[in-house]
This record gives sequence, structure tokens and C-alpha cells, in this order.
Amino acid sequence: MENNGWNEFEIGAMLRSFDGAATNIATTHTEDRNYSNSNSFTASVADWRIEKPLFNKDYCIDCQFCWIYCPDMSIISRDKKMIGVDMDHCKGCGICVEVCPTNPKSLLMYAEQQDEDVALAEWPEKETKEK
Amino acid sequence: MAFDKMELRDIEVWDGNFAAAQAMRQAQIDVVAAYPITPSTPIVEGYAKFLADGYVEGEFVMVESEHAAMSGCIGAAAAGGRVATATSSQGFALMVETLYQSSGMRLPIVLNVVNRALAAPLNVNGDHSDMYLGRDSGWIQLDAYSPQEAYDLNFIAFKVSEDHDVRLPCMVHQDGFMTSHTAQGVKTFTDDVAYGFVGEYKPMNDMLDLDHPVTHGVQTEEDWHFEHKARQHNDLMTKVMPKIQEVFDAFEELSGRKYNIVEKYDMDDADVAVVCMGTSVETAREVAKEMRADGIKAGVVGIRVLRPYPFAEIIEALKDIKAIAALDRSSPNGAPGMLFNELAGALFNTDSKAALSGYVYGLGGRDLTKAHLVDLYKELQANADAGKVLTPLQQFIGVRGPKLAYL
Repeated sequence: MENNGWNEFEIGAMLRSFDGAATNIATTHTEDRNYSNSNSFTASVADWRIEKPLFNKDYCIDCQFCWIYCPDMSIISRDKKMIGVDMDHCKGCGICVEVCPTNPKSLLMYAEQQDEDVALAEWPEKETKEK
Repeated sequence: MAFDKMELRDIEVWDGNFAAAQAMRQAQIDVVAAYPITPSTPIVEGYAKFLADGYVEGEFVMVESEHAAMSGCIGAAAAGGRVATATSSQGFALMVETLYQSSGMRLPIVLNVVNRALAAPLNVNGDHSDMYLGRDSGWIQLDAYSPQEAYDLNFIAFKVSEDHDVRLPCMVHQDGFMTSHTAQGVKTFTDDVAYGFVGEYKPMNDMLDLDHPVTHGVQTEEDWHFEHKARQHNDLMTKVMPKIQEVFDAFEELSGRKYNIVEKYDMDDADVAVVCMGTSVETAREVAKEMRADGIKAGVVGIRVLRPYPFAEIIEALKDIKAIAALDRSSPNGAPGMLFNELAGALFNTDSKAALSGYVYGLGGRDLTKAHLVDLYKELQANADAGKVLTPLQQFIGVRGPKLAYL
């Protein structure tokens, strides 16, 4: 947000979520909403994260567990298809990885500086049960 | 709307509490969240009865503390309703945290404060300790000296507070028991005239405007907090007094009853003046008239608007006075009194040569008698004749034991 002077904002400890009227918000995808600059959607909290989840779509079964369990609505899913992680708002809690049921997991935690292509190339193999 | 109107006589015999409750009914408050406390209890009790009897359309929210009462008022005001409540003393003290919230959030809430001493020792009677406690909270503070004024100032409070250029909460003070429980003749408005004066509530940034969602009570740190506080102070310093004057003028036109930001009695040719608040003003007015028979040109200044502080009006009222007494009805606890300090602060950079002395009086409901004021005016005349304060700068009136005087 701009660092306005004392006379350049609306009175009260009050912030608007949207620029102008907000109608049919429930049926509008986040990226299409007219969020205001003071809405937390427009602020990145990526630097809160030490570890990040990486998504491997080759193993994903679109069960939506990660989407349901994510406490920050940072799993992007469209028409019940998992698309990826909103890395501006993900805080790296790892819950999505924990609840992912596939084998190998479709989401794994990596250090923040991990290169995504390398991680995908070296994704773990399917674990087999020992007889 | 689905409520009954009440037939009132032109003059009703009401105490200050009932007068305030009637004003709250006539202003058609949407939400009262309250935790009743002596001596303000009958105000919210009165509103609750009017509500139960179908004379007002609103909500009465019973809460578990005064902190919760003001919190409920904040929520209702942010949602977009006309909101009021009442409290005193310990309850007021418990409310303090939320007083700063409501003013910082710029929510127009009217709080009737029936002034009462602060414990310990526990005391239910009137002094100005709670009123003084609120003076840095960012609220507007109006002081009523009688039931009539408690009635009138409630309407004025809503009209000032809810103005979109102001949007600051407003306290209407009256003295515990001396005003709140003393029945006097009160000139009334009909319900239609009263509501017509206050007007329909005009919401601003209300949470119930679902097409324009807002977050109230946000957090700001060192990057924004100062600007918000500066804005609030600016509006208190520049926007509130003109609005109060405008509403006082409109009220006079409607009722014939004239209010002033600083009330002056017998001040035109006065040499000596007492500055005080609450019921003491009426006592001082009576004594001032009597002092004139003894050749002492005595006057009285009553503070009607305590916050924002009437800096310019005080200077104007006291500019030709030779000796001034600041009467503080709250223990300064290790300092000169608030009125003494603030009068000194106003007069210091002026041409005033007035001898200014401070008096602490009336704590815990102790009476300020006419005899006290006669002695006080004589001291002031001696100061005026000498051109300086002959007594210590701070004295206590009406306390038992060896004379207390400091500074």
C-alpha cells in the first residue's frame, strides 16, 4: 500500500476489501475479484515460509484433500482439478503434504531455495510394501 | 415503524437519569448494550422499559461487564446502528480500553456518564474522577449541570457525533445523585419534534452494507498508527467545535434554550471568577450574585465542552479577569488539578495577568456549600487586589483535619 499522509485515507481503523461494489463474490474466482490494495489477498506473505510444498501433477488423483485442509486457502483448484499452490499466501505449514494420500505423495516439502525442476526430476519412487 | 408514541406534558418532573432515558427513547436508539451501575442504572433501565412497553424499536443487549457493554456498542455502531449506553465510575474505568477503540474506529456512540467517585475507598456518590479519566480517550465530552441539560445534551450529542465530518463518540456527563436523582422541571419535546431534530441515522462504512465489505478495527504498527491518531486529533481540533456550535444554534432555534461551549455567568464586568463543572456551577452562580452585594464583582465560568478542550473560548472568557479559581472535583494525585493545568496552559501565552489558584473539592460527593464559595471569592478578591496569588496554588476545600495546601 502507498504510504499516504494523515489526510489521505478514509477515517476510522477501517479497510475496504474491494474496490467498488462486490457482487456475486461467492461465484467469482479469487483472481477475478476486484480486491482492493488493502485486502490481504494483494499482500504476499511468502517470506514467512522456510519450507515450501512442491506439487507433482503426475501422481495427483484430484482428491481435493489438500484443498480442504489448507488453512490459508492456498491450494488452487479449478473444476475439482488441482492446479498448484498459491505461493504468495502459503506459509509452508506442510498440512497439504501430510494429508496427501497418493503413493508417492503428489506434494512434498522442500527447502525454500530448492529448484522445482530438479525436485520434480528426482521425485521419490512409489514405495512398495515389503513382504 | 412499529412503536407507540408517548404523550408528554410540556414540563415533566424528571431526574437527570430519566431525562436521559427519555431522550434515548425519543432518539430511537437501535442498540443499547449495558451493564447497569449506580448511579446511572435508571438510564438503561428506563430505556429497557420503554423497549418492553413498545415505545421504541431497538435491541437491549444484556452483557457481562462494562467492557462488554462498550464492546457490544462498538459492534452495533460498526454494523450501522444508532447506539448509546450509560455507565459510572468503576464501570467507566472498566470501559476505558474500549473507549479508545470506539473513538479510534470513529464510531458515533453516545455514552451517558453519571459522574461518580473512583474506589478505593468504594463510594457511589458524585465527583468528577471518571469524567477526568476519559479526557484523553478521543471522545467528545459534554457536561450537563441539571436534568434539563442532561435531556437536551443527549439530542445534541447524537447530532454532533453522527455527523459524517465528525464521526466521534460523545459522552454526556451529569453529576451522580445531585443531577441524576434530583427531580426538577424538564421542558420536553414531543416525540416527533425530538426525532426530527436528531434526524434519521445515516450509516457510514457500515458492516451491514454487504456490497461494500469493510474490516473494522484493523491493526497498524509504526507505519500507519501515527497517521490515524493524527487524523483523529486533527478532526477533534478543527471539525468538532464548529459542528457543536452549529448544533447549539439549531437547538436554540428549536427550543429557545441556549448552550455555549464555555458558559459565562456575570462575567461581563467581573474581576474575579470561579471555573468549575457540573452542579457546582449553579451553586457558584448563586454565590456570585450575592458577592456583588458585598462589592465583589464575581463571575462564574462553566465548562460545557470539556473535550475537545475549548482553548480559545477559555482565553476569551477569562481575558479581563484579575483572579481565577480552578475548581477540580477529582483528586489530582500528585499534580495540580486538571482545570488548573489547562487554564494555565491556555492563559500562559496571553496578556492575562490573572492570579490563578487551584482548589480540590467535593470528592466522593462531599458538598460544596455556599459558605465555601463565599470564602473562596473573598480569597480571590484579595488575590485580585494584590495582583498575585496570596495563598498556596493548590488548596483543599471541605476536608476534615489540618488545612491541606500545596505548591
